[in-house]
Amino acid sequence: MNGDIVLKADRLHTVFEVKSQHQEKALLRAVNDVSLTIREGDVLGVVGESGCGKSTLGRTILRLEEKAAGEVLYRGTDIFSLHHKEMKQYRKKMQMIFQDPSSSLNPRKKVISLLKQPYKIHKMGSDAEIQERLESLMQEVGLNPRHQRRFPHQFSGGQRQRIGIARALALNPEFIVCDEAVSALDVSVQAQILNLLLDLQQKHKLTYMFISHDLSVVEFISTRIMVMYLGKIVELADKPELMANPLHPYTKTLFAAYPVNDPAKREQKKRVVMGDVPSPINPPPGCHFHPRCPYKMPICEEKYPEITEAAPGHQVACHLFNK
Amino acid sequence: MQTTEKQTTDKQNSAETMIEIKGLSVNFNTQRGVVKAVRNLSFSIPNGKTLALVGESGCGKSVTAHSINQLLPMPPGEIVSGEIWFRGEDLLKKSEKEMQKIRGVKISMIFQEPMTSLNPVFSVGRQIADVFLTHHALSKAEAWERAVELLNLVKIPSPAKRAESYPHQLSGGMRQRAMIAMALASPDPGLMIADEPTTALDVTIQAQILDLMVSLQQRIGMSLLLITHDMGVVAETADHVVVMYAGRKVEEGDVFSLFREPSHPYTLGLMNSLPSNEKYRGASRLEAIPGTVPDLLSIGEGCPFMNRCRYATEICGKEFPDETRLSENHSAWCHNLSAVKESK
Repeated sequence: MNGDIVLKADRLHTVFEVKSQHQEKALLRAVNDVSLTIREGDVLGVVGESGCGKSTLGRTILRLEEKAAGEVLYRGTDIFSLHHKEMKQYRKKMQMIFQDPSSSLNPRKKVISLLKQPYKIHKMGSDAEIQERLESLMQEVGLNPRHQRRFPHQFSGGQRQRIGIARALALNPEFIVCDEAVSALDVSVQAQILNLLLDLQQKHKLTYMFISHDLSVVEFISTRIMVMYLGKIVELADKPELMANPLHPYTKTLFAAYPVNDPAKREQKKRVVMGDVPSPINPPPGCHFHPRCPYKMPICEEKYPEITEAAPGHQVACHLFNK
Repeated sequence: MQTTEKQTTDKQNSAETMIEIKGLSVNFNTQRGVVKAVRNLSFSIPNGKTLALVGESGCGKSVTAHSINQLLPMPPGEIVSGEIWFRGEDLLKKSEKEMQKIRGVKISMIFQEPMTSLNPVFSVGRQIADVFLTHHALSKAEAWERAVELLNLVKIPSPAKRAESYPHQLSGGMRQRAMIAMALASPDPGLMIADEPTTALDVTIQAQILDLMVSLQQRIGMSLLLITHDMGVVAETADHVVVMYAGRKVEEGDVFSLFREPSHPYTLGLMNSLPSNEKYRGASRLEAIPGTVPDLLSIGEGCPFMNRCRYATEICGKEFPDETRLSENHSAWCHNLSAVKESK
């Protein structure tokens, strides 16, 4: 539980310049003042709807996007202060698994050269060593090493995701961001990949940040869960605490919106939340959720609520809990 | 042939049955060989009820929907056998001209991505008004008014203003609402086929759209064929469920029996693959189905699930099992149901 802190984000902002409908420049605050810590062995699940900034957060933490403000500390080192060469050393430790393996794997390269790439970039090992390592890697993620001369299109979706996982694992990382890693897969295959991710985590003592729009997946795999809405953290707590005791009105409506796999319970469901997710380019003033919130108070339209500790380790950003 | 006798019974049945599919088999004749996409599929939907067709990619659920509407590309598609009775008429015997009077009028369709079914160069109000102009004797102004009423009915905020919007100006959820409105504009909506209607939507919007579909369906008495891979969506909306695997129906039942007692090894595996399953509280592994869906090109006469099934015996490779009735409204197609039940 209380392992060393692997990663710490402090008041992190990521901003994109976009053009609005009338060609005016506008700022999209994809990640807006996010602070979090991830400890060794944790699986931090990040849930939220499209446009909430969960993927951008994952990418910024790995320095795949430039930050606008704040800092990201990887084992105490501010990764944005590193030069290219130093950063390269850190990239070995921090990897990513993407949603769509077919668009993240070069279709013209055979599996073997796709998997060799990380070793070549980092100039690690002799050819024979790499070959040996590759075969055990393929075996480890459930691919047949005899298929190493195949192209990505010759594999099924689930197998392609296994290639993506093998590539992320190649350099023995400590921390992996899984961005919708099982979302494109059929449920029966999704279960296989989730099992694989958990097995690998135990075996290699990995720490994950697991981004998904699917609460059931996040609930299953995570130790801590963070809920985002329009670039902000609205709630963050240990999984058992958050699932048993969600506090933020958005968390509650989000959880209630997920269909329950039991037809006998369909009548008991609460009313659905109204309205669409607003545009992140011009979010509502005050608390971003207030136009859809059933507990709206006057202050919610004026001031964004500070994040507070409602219970030990349970953070929430809502005026209802600001005393 | 006892066609006359059959037709009379079908006419009688049509009083309660909206659509009945009998023994439908669909092939795709590809360069690599014959893909048997749907095999000997039968089901029916009573008036005003919802049937969910569930299964993973490639199980034949969308092909079934396209067969009903005769939107299969032929060739390479080919309906090898079967009948599709809609309100007492076999749709497979209709000409393309006759189908045009049914498609979009009596049978409407909603797809996963509404952007591909809406015309990007006309406002949504215009597109809905066009349906009224085609099927009702209305002036343009009246048709527009009716279109705005429908947008209001599907709960689009400020419908008069939104009617003037083009599809790209609407959010995904709004577009799906507009599609539903268009389906309702027809003079005689009988069956709505919804192919993964909420898969591309955020979960709070999904809840709104499902809610809307169910309430409108009850109001109008339409039948709904819901095609989905999401067991949660099935549990919340369906009356009856058909589970498909690699082109075959493997289990069917009313939604309560099927979720209470999933009986086919595939249905069981599917339920066990869901991380939200109650039994995984605090667990660190899921009971996944091993292997992957077989290549439909090389499927034999046996049960297509046998390679992934831990109950498989010799007979499974030889012939596809007959129906086993588990209760009045619940059946499964498996040779080893008793072994499955014992091990549960």
